[in-house]
Amino acid sequence: MKRVYPVEDYCMGCGLCEVACATEHSKSKDIVKAYKEEAVTPRNFVERKEYLSYSINCRHCEEPSCIEACITGAVDFDEDGRVLIDQARCVACWSCIMACPFGVIKRDTVNNVSTKCDQCVERETPACVQACPNRALIYEER
Amino acid sequence: MLYKSFVDSFSDYIIDRNEDKCILCRICERQCSYEAHGFDKKNSVMTKQDHKCICCRRCEAMCPTGAISIRENPSQFKRNSNWTASHRKNIYKQAETGGILLVGMGNPTGKQPTYFDRMLLDASQVTNPSIDPLREPMELRTYLGRKPDRLEFEEKDGRVSLKTKLTPQLKLEYPIMFSAMSYGAINYNVHVGMARASQKMGIYYNTGEGGLHKSLYPYGANTIVQVASGRFGVNAEYLNVAGGIEIKIGQGAKPGIGGHLPGEKVNEEVSRTRMIPAGTDALSPAPHHDIYSIEDLRQLIYALKEATDYKNPVSVKIAAVHNSAAIASGIVRAGADILTLDGYRGGTGAAPLVTRNNVGIPIELALASVDQRLRDEGIRNHVSIVVGGGIRSSADVVKAIALGADAVYIGTATLVSVGCTLCRMCFTGKCPWGIATNDQSLSKRINPDIAEEKLSNLIRGWGLEIKEIIGGMGLNALESMRGSRHRLRGVGLSESELDILGIAPAGK
Repeated sequence: MKRVYPVEDYCMGCGLCEVACATEHSKSKDIVKAYKEEAVTPRNFVERKEYLSYSINCRHCEEPSCIEACITGAVDFDEDGRVLIDQARCVACWSCIMACPFGVIKRDTVNNVSTKCDQCVERETPACVQACPNRALIYEER
Repeated sequence: MLYKSFVDSFSDYIIDRNEDKCILCRICERQCSYEAHGFDKKNSVMTKQDHKCICCRRCEAMCPTGAISIRENPSQFKRNSNWTASHRKNIYKQAETGGILLVGMGNPTGKQPTYFDRMLLDASQVTNPSIDPLREPMELRTYLGRKPDRLEFEEKDGRVSLKTKLTPQLKLEYPIMFSAMSYGAINYNVHVGMARASQKMGIYYNTGEGGLHKSLYPYGANTIVQVASGRFGVNAEYLNVAGGIEIKIGQGAKPGIGGHLPGEKVNEEVSRTRMIPAGTDALSPAPHHDIYSIEDLRQLIYALKEATDYKNPVSVKIAAVHNSAAIASGIVRAGADILTLDGYRGGTGAAPLVTRNNVGIPIELALASVDQRLRDEGIRNHVSIVVGGGIRSSADVVKAIALGADAVYIGTATLVSVGCTLCRMCFTGKCPWGIATNDQSLSKRINPDIAEEKLSNLIRGWGLEIKEIIGGMGLNALESMRGSRHRLRGVGLSESELDILGIAPAGK
C-alpha cells in the first residue's frame, strides 16, 4: 500500500504541507477561508528540533492500535487498507489518540471529533505531497 | 535609531503584509534567516522589522496566500546624482565599523555598458537559407584543449588513420559549463546537483578552490578541479579523478585579491575536503607564492600534467584586466591547453565592494582582444578560450562564441536556476535560498534531485535556443560560427569600441 513518507534530509520545516492539508479538508477549499472562517485542523504536522524537521502523518498501520482502542467502531480500514475515522460515529473519547504510538491523531476542536490523515482519498496524490516545495514528502509503496 | 545602527535606521525595503490574506501560518517567520518576520503570541499577530529585510523574496515565494510583498522604501535621501544613496550609506557603514565593505555576487551598478546588449546577431535571408533545428540535425559538440598545427595521416592496407598524436580534450555536448564555485562558499547539495547535471548533459562543472568531496569522485569525468593559491584539497587523487585541471590565478569579481572563507563556514565536511582544521578561516593568498613569472606558471602547468600523466588538459584562469591579451599570450606559451577569462561583471561569494565595482574590464572587450592577439601571433589553435563573468542568456553565449570563445562558464546563471534571487548577501552565510550557506537548517532547502533537474533544464533550454539562432544563420554546427565576428553588428558603440570588438556597426 502506498504511504506518505517524509524525507528529513530535505524537509525545511516550512509547514506548507499543513496548510495544504487544512485547505484540502476544508469545505471552501480556499486557503484563507479554511483558516479564518472554518478553522480547519491540519491532519499532519511538522516536527522541528534545531536543524531537524520532518512532516508526520498517519502511518496507516497494518495492525492499528487506534482501531482496537475505538469504543464505537468509528475507526476502520477502507477496502484499500487505509485507516479512516467515520466522524459521524466518533464520540470524542480520545481513546484512539491515547492508543496511537505515533501521536498522529489529533483533536478537531471545532467539530469535537478525532481527526487524522485520510491520504486525501479523492486525490491521486495527497495534498501535502503535492504542496511540498522541496520533495521532502514522497507518496509511494515500500 | 533605538537599538539599531545609524545605517540600519534607514530601511532599504518595506515588508507589506496583507492582513486580510494572512492566515498566521508563520511560514514567513520560519523561512526568513534574517529574522525580519516575527510572531507576537500574546496578541496573535505577525510582526516585522523592515530594516532587517534583504529583499531575497523568500517569504514572498513561500507565503501560501500571497499576502506578502516586498517593495523598495520610497522614503529616500534627498536626491543627489553625484552623492548617491549608496555612496552615503557606505560611508555611514564604514564610519561605524572602520572596515572594508564586503559584497556578494556581481557588480549591480550597471554604470559601465554591457557590450552583449549592444551587439546584434545576423540571420540568413534568401541566400544561404536558414536551417530548422527541429527538422535537421544540429551540432553543438565542443572540444576544449590544444589543437595541432596540422594533421598528418597514414594509409595502411587501404585504411586511413591519424598519425598526429592529439593532446587531451574535454568533450562538451553543449558549449556551457558550470563555473568555479567552491564547496564551502556554496554547499554540498548544490555541488551534487551540478555534478549530476554535468554528467547527465555531457558537460563539465568546476569545483572552485575548495577541493572535491570524496562522494563526488564518481562524477570526476565531468569535473574540472581547481588549483588555486591556497591549494585547498589538492592531492594526486583529486587531480587524477578529474577530467580537467584549472589553475586559478584571478577572478573577474575581484582581480588581484585572494579568497576568504570565514571559519564559521568551515564545518567538518568542508574541513576534510579542504584539508584544513575545522573552524579556521580558509584564506587563499592574492598571488600564488610560487608563481612570479610566465616561467613559474609553466612549471606549475607541467607539474600538474606530470602528476596526471598528461591525460588531463590544464586550464589557466585569469581575471579580465588591462593587459589580458599580452598575459594570455604568455599563458599559451607556458603550455596551457585552455585559457579561462573571467570578466568584471562576474559573481563572487564575497569581495570588497571597492574591488568588485572598480577593478577589471568587461569580458566582451577582453575576449575580443585576447582572441585577436592569439590569432595575430598564430597561436590561437594552441588553446581553447572559455569566458565567464556576465553570461546571462543563450544570446550572450552565441555572441561570446561569435567573438571568439570556444565555450562559456556560467556561475550566476547556475545559482539563479536553483533559486538565487541575487540578493547579494552570500558573504553572510545565511542564504535564505539554501545556496551560499553551510548552515544545516538552510542548506536543506536545496534538494539535489530538484537542483539536478533545474540545471539540466537550463542547459537543455539554452542548447535549443542556440540551435535556433545558428540555424537562423544557415549553420548546422556551432563550430562553423565560432569566431565569426562578421555575424555581429554593434549598436551605439564608438569607433574604438567597434575596433576592439572587431565588429562593424549595424547597417554596414
